[in-house]
Amino acid sequence: MAIQSIGDYDFPARDAIENFGGVLVTYWNWLDHLMFCAPVAFPFPPDMRFGDVLEQVFPGVYGAHPDFNKIDWAAARWTLDGQTFTPDLDRSLAENGLGHKSVVKFETPGLDGIKGSRT
Amino acid sequence: MSENPKKLNLKQRYKLLTRGLDWETTYQPMDKVFPFDTFEGIKIHDWDGWEDPFRLTMDAYWKYQAEKERKLYAVIDSFAQNNGHMGITDARYVNAIKILLTGVTSLEYAAHRGFSHVGRHLRGVGPRVACQMQAIDELRHAQTQIHTLSHYNRYFDGFHDWRHMYDRVWYLSVPKSFFDDAMTAGPFEFVTAISFSFEYVLTNLLFVPFMSGAAYNGDMATVTFGFSAQSDEARHMTLGLEVIKFMLEQDEANVPIVQRWIDKWFWRGYRLLSLVAMMMDYMLPKRVMSWAEAWEMYYEDAGAALFEDLERYGLRPPKYADIATKEKNRLSHEVWSIFYNYTHAAAFHTWSPEDNELDWLSEKYPDTFDKMYRPRFDYWREQAAAGNRFYNQALPQLCTTCQIPMGFTEPDDPTKICFRESVFKHERYHFCSDGCKDIFDWEPEKYVQSWLPVHEIFKGNCGGTDLKDVLKWYHLNDGVDNMDYEGSPDQRLWAEWTANRSKAAE
Repeated sequence: MAIQSIGDYDFPARDAIENFGGVLVTYWNWLDHLMFCAPVAFPFPPDMRFGDVLEQVFPGVYGAHPDFNKIDWAAARWTLDGQTFTPDLDRSLAENGLGHKSVVKFETPGLDGIKGSRT
Repeated sequence: MSENPKKLNLKQRYKLLTRGLDWETTYQPMDKVFPFDTFEGIKIHDWDGWEDPFRLTMDAYWKYQAEKERKLYAVIDSFAQNNGHMGITDARYVNAIKILLTGVTSLEYAAHRGFSHVGRHLRGVGPRVACQMQAIDELRHAQTQIHTLSHYNRYFDGFHDWRHMYDRVWYLSVPKSFFDDAMTAGPFEFVTAISFSFEYVLTNLLFVPFMSGAAYNGDMATVTFGFSAQSDEARHMTLGLEVIKFMLEQDEANVPIVQRWIDKWFWRGYRLLSLVAMMMDYMLPKRVMSWAEAWEMYYEDAGAALFEDLERYGLRPPKYADIATKEKNRLSHEVWSIFYNYTHAAAFHTWSPEDNELDWLSEKYPDTFDKMYRPRFDYWREQAAAGNRFYNQALPQLCTTCQIPMGFTEPDDPTKICFRESVFKHERYHFCSDGCKDIFDWEPEKYVQSWLPVHEIFKGNCGGTDLKDVLKWYHLNDGVDNMDYEGSPDQRLWAEWTANRSKAAE
């Protein structure tokens, strides 16, 4: 449905990729760990190695959770924008199919949060 | 010259004061003089069909308000002279009124602007007068809140630059975007949004918790403000109901338009009130009632009666009200968790609830609290006691519509974050709920302009990319206004006062 307005109403998308100086905005959600109250957002260069997110970025964020050090990354299950996928850690975010405002979710089997509370 | 000594009764006087003041313009067509009251599609055939809910004349208004204001300022003065802030239950309470000042007071002022605008742009004189009076009420409320709360600014942190913060701080973009959305709509949508959906349907959920919360916690200054505003609020509620009935009675074609606005503004208002849910369940040292109880009383019971009454006009209850009801046992816990995660970037404190408070929550939320939420609070408390207070080190994803961090969960699975998405002109947008997604999908052209605080930080529009730079840009005093209550200057000051008091009592 088009907007009801008093005249022409056409404005550019404020969060289009060109407004971010060459980075992709990406969102990450560790399932069953709601101690992190919401998915986290990161501006990453598209040519950043996927594995660097796990190795360089995650410890500073998710490391606060007692489950973090128990993660077996080989067993992790991933979705990208709602589709299951297996990231290639040595390829870039763009090569792994991440786009601007992509949502990456990951599940770590066997880890279900503090006292099993999915927290 | 003969004088007519006959005194007019209120109704006659009111008619003379509000009717026949306008005229059909001749130099310019009426549609050019009132360019905004037709484009929304609302059809009005007879503006005089407007029934004034309160026959209040301007002279009576001034007299009455001046009297109330005199009483209010007398109480505020005596509160200050008698160090009224020492009588509150605990300094943690003050954080609830930091939210009131930074969030709600700015909305009162925005409402003043909005009603002034609408009061100019409706061509019927009756609703115009009602809107102008409400515009003055809202300005008075903003002023009296500022004066009431300025007393706390002398002693406590986070009150110093609320006006500046309203335009910048991430969580204040939630109330700001709510009101900006209403003010940039047409005049009929504005009054439906503010007067009906917010002031009529949801206002008790805002007003009662803050005011009863103030009373329970010894904040007599805020209570007095509340009493002073209450008679105005009653008038605003009646205006809200009247404006809906007026539109519905004028033309059947108005019904679907009004219904869509009610759906939209119910959801936007409800999301905004999630801040109140958190305040009720976590921030009042002495609790009034739980959010779930308030929702049952003020929405499920009162709302059901209201919408039953409106059924004869062809209206149904707001879409997604059932989702709000499903969320009642989790809402406050999810929102408090958001602020606990991000207290290092907020202009108020959060803390670990004490044992008796956790027990209260277990009792009020028997089906959800122990199973889902208590473990995280226990863990956070242990960590804080070990000097490891948890702060989330990454910025949250925000909902494009309500702008709240995406901390809400699936209606049928409270363990999974609820994600909704739309694509508009090849651009992706994310939402916290079906309610927020629907609002976007109806008018995507509007929300593609959303000023989302997290994205703006990434763009470098908020003073820098480092948190410290952003806090400076917010005018937030790092290490003073933010962080856990435990160890804050507020807490130290309160502890000192309490110690002095017990010494004096010995």
